[in-house]
Amino acid sequence: MMAAVDNYKKSRPPPAASAGVIGWCRQNLFSSFSNTILTLVSFYLLALAIPAFLDWAFFSSQISGNTRFDCKVEGACWAWVDQRFGQFLFGFYPEGERWRVILAFVLLFPALIPWVTQDLPGQRYLRWFSVAYPAIATILLAGGLGLREVPTDKFGGFMLNLIVGLSGIVLSLPVGILLALGRQSKLPLIRWLSIGFIEAIRGVPLITLLFVSNILLPIFLPPDMTLDSIIRVIIMVTAFASAYMAEVIRGGLQAIPSGQIEAAHAMGLNYWKSMRLIVLPQALRISIPGIVNTFIGLFKDTTLVIVIGLFDILGIANAMVSNPDWLGLSTETYVFVAVFFFAVCFSMSRYSMWLERRLGKQRH
Amino acid sequence: MAERITLRTIWFDRRGRGYLLQLIVLLLVAVFFAVITSNTIANLQKAGLTSGFGFLGDQAFFDINQRLIDYTSQSSFGRALIVGLLNTVLVSSLGIITATLIGFFAGILRLSNNWLVSRLVTGYVEITRNVPLLLQIIFWWAILTSLPRVRESIPFLGSFLLNNRGLRAPSPNFESPFLWVFITLILCSIVTVAISIWSRRRQKLTGKTFPITLAGVFLLIIIPLFVYYGLGQPINWDIPERTRFNFRGGFNITPELLALWIALATYTGAFISEIVRAGVLSVSTGQSEAAFSLGLRKNHTMRLIVIPQALRVIIPPLTSQYLNLTKNSSLAIAIGYQDLVSIGGTILNQSGHALEVVAIWMVVYLSLSLATSAFMNWYNKRISLVER
Repeated sequence: MMAAVDNYKKSRPPPAASAGVIGWCRQNLFSSFSNTILTLVSFYLLALAIPAFLDWAFFSSQISGNTRFDCKVEGACWAWVDQRFGQFLFGFYPEGERWRVILAFVLLFPALIPWVTQDLPGQRYLRWFSVAYPAIATILLAGGLGLREVPTDKFGGFMLNLIVGLSGIVLSLPVGILLALGRQSKLPLIRWLSIGFIEAIRGVPLITLLFVSNILLPIFLPPDMTLDSIIRVIIMVTAFASAYMAEVIRGGLQAIPSGQIEAAHAMGLNYWKSMRLIVLPQALRISIPGIVNTFIGLFKDTTLVIVIGLFDILGIANAMVSNPDWLGLSTETYVFVAVFFFAVCFSMSRYSMWLERRLGKQRH
Repeated sequence: MAERITLRTIWFDRRGRGYLLQLIVLLLVAVFFAVITSNTIANLQKAGLTSGFGFLGDQAFFDINQRLIDYTSQSSFGRALIVGLLNTVLVSSLGIITATLIGFFAGILRLSNNWLVSRLVTGYVEITRNVPLLLQIIFWWAILTSLPRVRESIPFLGSFLLNNRGLRAPSPNFESPFLWVFITLILCSIVTVAISIWSRRRQKLTGKTFPITLAGVFLLIIIPLFVYYGLGQPINWDIPERTRFNFRGGFNITPELLALWIALATYTGAFISEIVRAGVLSVSTGQSEAAFSLGLRKNHTMRLIVIPQALRVIIPPLTSQYLNLTKNSSLAIAIGYQDLVSIGGTILNQSGHALEVVAIWMVVYLSLSLATSAFMNWYNKRISLVER
């Protein structure tokens, strides 16, 4: 019988036209008449756009100079980057103290580790560090304990986007969990309050909520009490994000089969214990991609603070565009800011897609 | 033997505990609102402000250059808000129509088996989705306002002119015979609907099909065109002409509206394309294979099998994208397009009636979103699969 197998002819290589580069092109670019036309049109557009952009951004650009009038080139004028880069990152934070912001940013990563992975040595200490991080970061940024105080109206640039975005997402997580549980509660009052809050927040644009933070919150507070404007923004951004977070987590909760909670009850666990030990760990794991997406949305929305007069990275860009020294460099400036956001948001969205795929694999 | 009811027995009774918890929450909420109200009253008194919606009748004193209804600086705050609301509706509807077209087009192109095209569309989707919308709006506005001056306007598509004051487009003047074209159009639409109902009924009874598309084209396009030319083309296009400093004729779209429109349409279009792609992919290939094996042709398979099932998945997130677009149109304030929020902000600064203005915003946007979600629930119920 073995001999029969040996008698098979070796399979011949596929025809040259269907393999290799040519085959790939035929299959993916020129498979039909309309496809060929589409390919040619796309090639034409790319041939127009890419060299023009590269020429503008790099080859015909200038990177040195003190004002825009020093730029004598056709392409982009990047001369301002050298002078203004610090402002784009840190706003008006005093230059001698900027190491504190960088340190706070670097410390963020060890603080994030316990949330991402569970198998690292020294995990327990990292967890404590993670809990203490908000206080450490606040002291580093605002001052105290021997560090010079920096008033929050000096905060700005990309740092402000990060502060508002990160505090918003971290604070909205617990609130969002409570709202999601409340929306599924059997107690009608709690259910209706949660639904009312979630729908009211999701129904209005973030800008109106920022107006509330800027104009109405001081009216709601006792007459002799004032609240820092960045803290007011963080409060409203948290309220905003927690409504969206609640919906994401609700999706996760609904995906947990009711057998899980019934089993937990059968084991004698009460409501909070069965939620904390059985349901939420599973539900939150499913919702991580959604949470990351909410964060991306929130992070993009942090640029809205310019409407109430804070100088985040976009605010600094706007100020620079209208500065007489650099007037008319709007394209360069906005492309620069866009690259910043694109880098952060695109990598996060890839991360969330990767998580989603991994979760999908685990479940099957 | 009746037990005595104490706090302890209530706490250990499931229903009792529920009531107690709700009572506590109710009290907390009531206290929260009472504190806020009393603070507000104290603060308003301290600032010497009155509350109430009476100020809406006061004279506004500010100008609005983008308006759909008559408005002067002598008009009232209330009218200014209506102008703003109409501007919101204007840019949202323009944006929704364009975003849907872009989204469906891009979504289908992305599924194309042409590698280059699908990569190009992916690039567009990723770039627009990962850059803040506000940045995109300001970017487009900066580009449009740095265009050449009126004197060096860029002409395109025949009679459009683009310059730093916006887009000048020809405006139609309807002459009275146009009424007949309009009437023909209405009559033909009624006939088309009637024919489609009749043909569907006949197909159900006898299986005979009727070329409904052909009839529709004939009734809705060819006959009205015939009437239009028969009456001697009763639309008179007012084509903009350049004068020394400005234009005569045509109408102008401001750079603010244009920038907002482009940014909202491309941004939301990218999200819609993802929804469309997911919708088409959600219909399993077995469905189209089964349709082919039943002998349906490719376009029939698409129209009768794939699209109806894809729409079931597409419509709910699509409506929420429409709602997002409407809410995002409030970013207009950053470039000075006078929508509801922007005009409300001006009023708020002039009159100091912050509470009332914010309340108006909330009511308008909330009713929009509640209406949308009501529609969505109705639609979901109508098309959801009846499961056993």
